[in-house]
Amino acid sequence: MSDTAIRPRIEQAGLADRLTAALPILLVPMLALLGFAAIGDATTWLTLTVAGLAMGLMIFVMASGLTVVFGLMDVINFGHGAFVSVGAFVGFTALAWMGGWTASPSVVLNLAAVFLAICAAALVTGAMGYAFERVIVMPVYGHHLKQILVTMGGLIVTQQLIHVIWGPDAIHLARPETLRGSVIVAGAAIEKYRIMAVGIGLALFLAMRYVLRSTRIGLLVRAGVENGEMVEALGYRIKRLFLMVFIAGSALAGLGGVMWGLYQETITAHMGSEILVLVFIVVIIGGLGSVEGCFIGALLVGLLSNYTAFLAPKIALVSTIGLMVVILMWRPQGLFPVVKAK
Amino acid sequence: MPEAILTLDGVHTHIGPYHILHGVDLSVPEGGVAMLLGRNGAGKTTTLRTIMGLWKASRGAVRFRGKDITSLDTPAISRKGIAFVPEDMGIFTDLTVAENMTLAATRGAPDKRRLDWICDLFPPIRTFWESSAGTLSGGQKQMLSVARAIIEPRDLILIDEPTKGLAPAIIKSMTGALKQLKETETTIVLVEQNFAMARALGDTVAVMDDGRIIHAGDMAALAADAALQERLMGLSLEAHQ
Repeated sequence: MSDTAIRPRIEQAGLADRLTAALPILLVPMLALLGFAAIGDATTWLTLTVAGLAMGLMIFVMASGLTVVFGLMDVINFGHGAFVSVGAFVGFTALAWMGGWTASPSVVLNLAAVFLAICAAALVTGAMGYAFERVIVMPVYGHHLKQILVTMGGLIVTQQLIHVIWGPDAIHLARPETLRGSVIVAGAAIEKYRIMAVGIGLALFLAMRYVLRSTRIGLLVRAGVENGEMVEALGYRIKRLFLMVFIAGSALAGLGGVMWGLYQETITAHMGSEILVLVFIVVIIGGLGSVEGCFIGALLVGLLSNYTAFLAPKIALVSTIGLMVVILMWRPQGLFPVVKAK
Repeated sequence: MPEAILTLDGVHTHIGPYHILHGVDLSVPEGGVAMLLGRNGAGKTTTLRTIMGLWKASRGAVRFRGKDITSLDTPAISRKGIAFVPEDMGIFTDLTVAENMTLAATRGAPDKRRLDWICDLFPPIRTFWESSAGTLSGGQKQMLSVARAIIEPRDLILIDEPTKGLAPAIIKSMTGALKQLKETETTIVLVEQNFAMARALGDTVAVMDDGRIIHAGDMAALAADAALQERLMGLSLEAHQ
């Protein structure tokens, strides 16, 4: 040790501090318990909880890209819904091509069809994200009002293109044979597709967490969300990172679009803009730029939507906005605020 | 006089509608510490940021080892071997100390011997290696900021007010560490308000006022001339020990 050594003071966080830090994570089990107390019946609660988790995880898949894009690039992308819609329609086309596989009673063929449809949707929306960033977003970096206007314009143009290619009518998107119907778990009927949606959503969350926490690219994204200028001063070209993240975010939205389409079993050109309201609520609840916050926010929104739809259908629509208001009153920057150097 | 590693020729910088630098001429000799002094708002930080390409020079030229780097972007300037420690330290508080250091090592995994040397210079880096950088104190963050800049050998390090807001004991530690860094013959451009530190470390000095260099010479000569200090900065170094 050199003579420059200073003695560090290490303070252990107290129980109260640790509880406060963990509180946003505890909100999900707390809401589930509250739901259980309000519903009273265990089987109904289990059905609604799985439905809520499935819905939440699908919203998370669509919202995760948007929150990282906002955090890293400071871009408000109202065109994000376009990728959801295009993803759903590309998924529909892919599944239609694989009609033999989806109609087959084989679980393997059915899952393979869904997997390939998801890949096709992610590929197309990823490529579309590249064009969107280069043509629409790049000229308006740093100008929030212009970003809102041009990305909304991009959304409208994309919706019209969907009308041109697939027609203006709503399309029925049938689930593959073995993903239809329910299974009985502890006396509760749980849709097979929702179990699969939970599985895919969780796998994607864990994969994203691994990339963000354990890879150099992930480190760069996290550092860039906080202080992009310093990342550049260290010698990294953050604009390339911007583009990569935008493409990945668009691909995730497309992937989410297929999942959401199969969940609703009906797809329209406007489905992306409709779900965008929930997506923005989730991003704001979680804290702009925070993937973990987005995950918790999506689960809260999914669970609350399902519980209120059962308990008080009239307030179901406003319950998520109410949740956002309450959380913002408690934590004005969201559950997991990202500290940005500006 | 050693050859200049960095020269600024008539550099003007605008930030939005504001004209901040009005033709800065600066020559930084290779090796040693070049101090950049001046009142608040004199243009010191803008000069460092213009060298790094974070704000673009609207006129004039910045040359590094004789090559014009004015039009290069910040990552390209950094990869020429210039490191920057900003006034706000630029620490990634969401990352651990280890992750901050890893990210700064752009050529791959950090060299173990160099890392040991850095940890000896700044012991809290070792102590808090796995801790979140956001939990460090101001002094420890400043040490991490400098440590990150030297994780790989650099030709030139630009440091902006490393002692700002720090306690005297930490300033003493920082001064000692920078003295050791100076012995490695790395060239340092140091913006500093702490005159005791400036006198202890500086080989050459440039004094700025109103976006221009108004004096350039040896630090020792300025430190010895109270009248000159008074004239240049309206302050006496002796009064700021």
